[in-house]
Amino acid sequence: MATAAVSPIVPPVHAQWNLPRRGRAGILALILTETAFFSIFVAAYVFYIGKSLSPPYPRDVLSPPIVNTICLLSSSITIVLAVRALRAGHTRVFGLWWLVTFMLGLEFLAGTAAEWYGLIYHDHLTISTNLFGTTFYSLVGLHAMHVTIGLIMILVVMLLTAGGHLSRRYAEHTEMLSWYWHFVDAVWVVVFTTVYVIGR
Amino acid sequence: MELPESTPRRRARPLRCITRCLVVIGIVAAATCAAASDWGMGAANSRLAPPDMFNPVSTPAYDIETLAWFAIAVCAGIALVVGALLAYSIIRFRSRAGDEEREPPQVYGSNPIEFAWTVVPLLIVFVLILTTARTIYTVEAAIAPPNAIRIRVIGHQWWWEVRYPGLKIVTANEIHVPVSDPAHPTPTFLDLESADVAHSFWVPRLAGKTDVIPNRRNTMWIEPRRPGVYLGQCAEFCGTEHALMLLRVVVEPRAQWDQWVAAQQKTAAASSDRGRRIFESTACVNCHTIKGTVADGRFGPDLTHFMSRETIGSGAAMNTHDNLRIWIKDPAVIKPGALMPRMNLSDADIDAVAGYLESLH
Amino acid sequence: MEQEIALSAREQAELPLLGRLHEWVVTVDHKRLGLMYIGGGLLFFVVAGLQAVMMRLQLAVPDNHLVPPQVFNRFLTMHGTAMVFLVGMPILTGYFNYLVPLMVGARDLAFPRLNSFGFWLWFFGALLLYFSYIGGDGLYGAGSAPDVGWFAYAPLTERAFSRGNSTDYWILSIFLTSVGSTATAVNIITTAFCMRCRGMTLGKMPVVVWLAVVVAFMMLLALPPLSAAQVMLLLDRFAGAHFFDTQAGGSALLWQHFFWIFGHPEVYILVIPVFGFASEIIPVFSRKVIFGYQVMVAASIAIAFISMGVWAHHMFAVGMTPAGNAFFATSTMLVAVPTGIKIFNWIGTIWGGKIRLRVPMLFSLAFLFQFMIAGLTGIMLAVAPFDWQLTDTYFVVAHFHYVLIGAIVFMIFAASYYWFPKATGRMLNERLGQVHFWLFLIGFHLTFDPLHFAGIHGMPRRIYTYQPGRGLEGLNLIASIGAVIQALAVLVFVINVVYSLAWGEEAGPDPWDAWTLEWSTASPPPEYNFAVEPEVYSRRPLWDLKHPDDPDWLYE
Repeated sequence: MATAAVSPIVPPVHAQWNLPRRGRAGILALILTETAFFSIFVAAYVFYIGKSLSPPYPRDVLSPPIVNTICLLSSSITIVLAVRALRAGHTRVFGLWWLVTFMLGLEFLAGTAAEWYGLIYHDHLTISTNLFGTTFYSLVGLHAMHVTIGLIMILVVMLLTAGGHLSRRYAEHTEMLSWYWHFVDAVWVVVFTTVYVIGR
Repeated sequence: MELPESTPRRRARPLRCITRCLVVIGIVAAATCAAASDWGMGAANSRLAPPDMFNPVSTPAYDIETLAWFAIAVCAGIALVVGALLAYSIIRFRSRAGDEEREPPQVYGSNPIEFAWTVVPLLIVFVLILTTARTIYTVEAAIAPPNAIRIRVIGHQWWWEVRYPGLKIVTANEIHVPVSDPAHPTPTFLDLESADVAHSFWVPRLAGKTDVIPNRRNTMWIEPRRPGVYLGQCAEFCGTEHALMLLRVVVEPRAQWDQWVAAQQKTAAASSDRGRRIFESTACVNCHTIKGTVADGRFGPDLTHFMSRETIGSGAAMNTHDNLRIWIKDPAVIKPGALMPRMNLSDADIDAVAGYLESLH
Repeated sequence: MEQEIALSAREQAELPLLGRLHEWVVTVDHKRLGLMYIGGGLLFFVVAGLQAVMMRLQLAVPDNHLVPPQVFNRFLTMHGTAMVFLVGMPILTGYFNYLVPLMVGARDLAFPRLNSFGFWLWFFGALLLYFSYIGGDGLYGAGSAPDVGWFAYAPLTERAFSRGNSTDYWILSIFLTSVGSTATAVNIITTAFCMRCRGMTLGKMPVVVWLAVVVAFMMLLALPPLSAAQVMLLLDRFAGAHFFDTQAGGSALLWQHFFWIFGHPEVYILVIPVFGFASEIIPVFSRKVIFGYQVMVAASIAIAFISMGVWAHHMFAVGMTPAGNAFFATSTMLVAVPTGIKIFNWIGTIWGGKIRLRVPMLFSLAFLFQFMIAGLTGIMLAVAPFDWQLTDTYFVVAHFHYVLIGAIVFMIFAASYYWFPKATGRMLNERLGQVHFWLFLIGFHLTFDPLHFAGIHGMPRRIYTYQPGRGLEGLNLIASIGAVIQALAVLVFVINVVYSLAWGEEAGPDPWDAWTLEWSTASPPPEYNFAVEPEVYSRRPLWDLKHPDDPDWLYE
């Protein structure tokens, strides 16, 4: 009714307007959904512990991959050092730590491959042998697949570094990649506990 | 001028659409009905009361019915109150002509009101939860008394195998149980297993449904108080012929049930007619059992006392001579997709096999 | 700059058809992708709806031979799967795609290319499902579609019981469309948290955006269990794994748990968006601010949380322990409390308002009644012993169609009438809209009211036929007539859309006199949404503009 030309009431002033960065929200959302995905495989593994109808059973064939685990977990430290170096502008130091991270990840994959080779050819355990094989290969395989994806992304960044395309500007991006890598490591802690500690 | 003209036209349109639909459906229904045969099941079903959960005759179903009426009463009460409130506010607060300019007063919310309509539903839910939990425990936690009848029901694609372990009886699709006298209750406990995929055992007038799951044994119980034949069927989708995986439970007075048991325990009369020879020399024996013969297959129903059953094809057709001949010739005519193959028997052989089966009382 | 872009828009319109098509295929614009989601969803809505009509015709009379059992079972599987993954999900994510950036005053979603990727994943996943009609049998037969039911209980889906490739198409299609939806969810969350215009604190976001965030979080948590179960099933079928292989000790129940851990939140993923629509449309057509904004948002979050812990109420009949049944009955009934709060708040919004009975409001009011009934039959189903009788019967079918059609489809139609002018610049025809509404309302009730009673009278769901003499004939015939009327109503809607696109009344930027930011820009909005990035002071920025003497931010 009374639409005055000039508002008698003055709106408050927004002094600051800071919102979180898009990349961070995006990667956290991705990690959340991946967590849900992994928990179902872990649940299936736990549900089928001790329910295999035929050998081999986990106790007979599994041994905890200690070296692998140490490598993967320490790669989480090296990637943090790498990102920190990049933020400080030390591209060369970054490249070095980044390479170490890659090698540690690669060692983990190689270790998994060796373990699987032994299980398949020596212990005759495949995905179709029994419920243990079914759940073991799918859970550990799913994690190894995530390690592989992470390694491919790390490799791409490494190539960009070698080509001299990386600078401080991309510290945020590499940090996001490192968050994903931490997630993969954290999942390994759960997988390790489930498969090699509880499940044995 | 335009408005009064167009209004009746608009009103008429839905009506005309409805009549047209009726015509279309009528034609489709007439066309398909002409081709359909119900194999005598329509008349047979009409003689029985429909499988209505609100017409129970057995203890778990009584308990469920009582609880169900309580839940319906609560929900209906809520529906009436909230529906009336909603209808009232829609009618009361319609915008009137000539009053469109001014916006109504803006009300942003009210904490006491929000609190009230959080607490009242919580109280209603609380009452419902308590009554629900009580019935869950009375039905599920019941323990079998020593004189309980025990039956194993095994679901197959698309029929029911019925075994009475203590009595050494094997039959199919029609379960006979004695009526339970409240003075001396004789409930029947059923162990449910599956030979292939998931099914669900459901006879609405006797009890709620219990799923029949492979690699798992579920237990349920009934305590029927009135003799009669009660219809049921598989309630979990189990493949092509899920719709015709029917079931009937025959509740009999104890003496009659004892007679039935005695009859079922006999071995089939040793006949040596042509029908038996054809039956024994074809693939029939791979799937069916007839005690006292070479037939000991377990993939299909036990036929030892075939004529003691009212229906064939797990309730798909009445057990009459004509239906039986059609079934032996090609089960797919009555139950398309049924796993029993057509045996390619000559007409004379079919007559002989039908004759033999009809001698199995 | 504005002129320059406007010119290029006109240039686009002058492109030849192929060129314009190319523009749509390569687009990363949230509005175009939103419209493509909605259009694709409506297309499958018609296809899957026709399959439903075929099923209703088959069931119109007992012992009908219109459709053979295998074909009927394919129809029921395809209808269910398509309506959830190819219709409900894309239409609702389409609306979010379109509305969220406009409502928070952003120029696009946070990750436009991810958005496009998600859409095309969904699109080809959807095609894959219907391609199974051609490819399902490989090169050997006439072809077939999956016939295992939309929740595909193991072990019916194992190789031993489902030969051919039709089930594999079903698995892959659902997996792909789920990944597509996850991409949308990531985008919505990021957009709502990181792209809001100046002044729009979380407490000032429109209810639709809040609910979009809630739904996106539910998608992130509920879709992975389904995808994981699909991967397991695929491993079973192709690599010889034994997850759900009961002959090797596998569990049939594990599939049911995984499926319903997804499946129940999925119901809320579909229904919470339409709560958002209702919370936008009902206030505008009542001319009142939403009653209890904070409570509405809190109730939705509560529903989301509780819905994650109720899944086994779909499994009351599987032989759980009494304690398990009592727990899930309790958690399920608790959902009724926040749901009731929402209904009461909508009534509170209407109370004291000035209701304008335009088509969007008609659909919204029908939604309120029908959603209330659906909620109450839901409570009956939560009473576990009652559920032992009702589960897997037509009572359940009627109940969830009351949710899916009576609430969700009705609100999707309401939203279509409400936002169509924004997206196209033209109003949908009011008179055709009225015909559509009344026909659909009559058809809906004719179909689904009697089906409650069919279930009580012992009619299990998913049966391709039923015998005469069991008291089901009349109920089914009425239901089938209703289905045909619903189909006619949808036809009226399609005619309305086509007619209005060509000859509809010009809408202008703000045809409903509404209050959220999307109505402050042109209809259809330019590609960049807002020429000047908006700044807001309350939940209803346009109310503040229209009532400078009495702005909202004084009271919030």
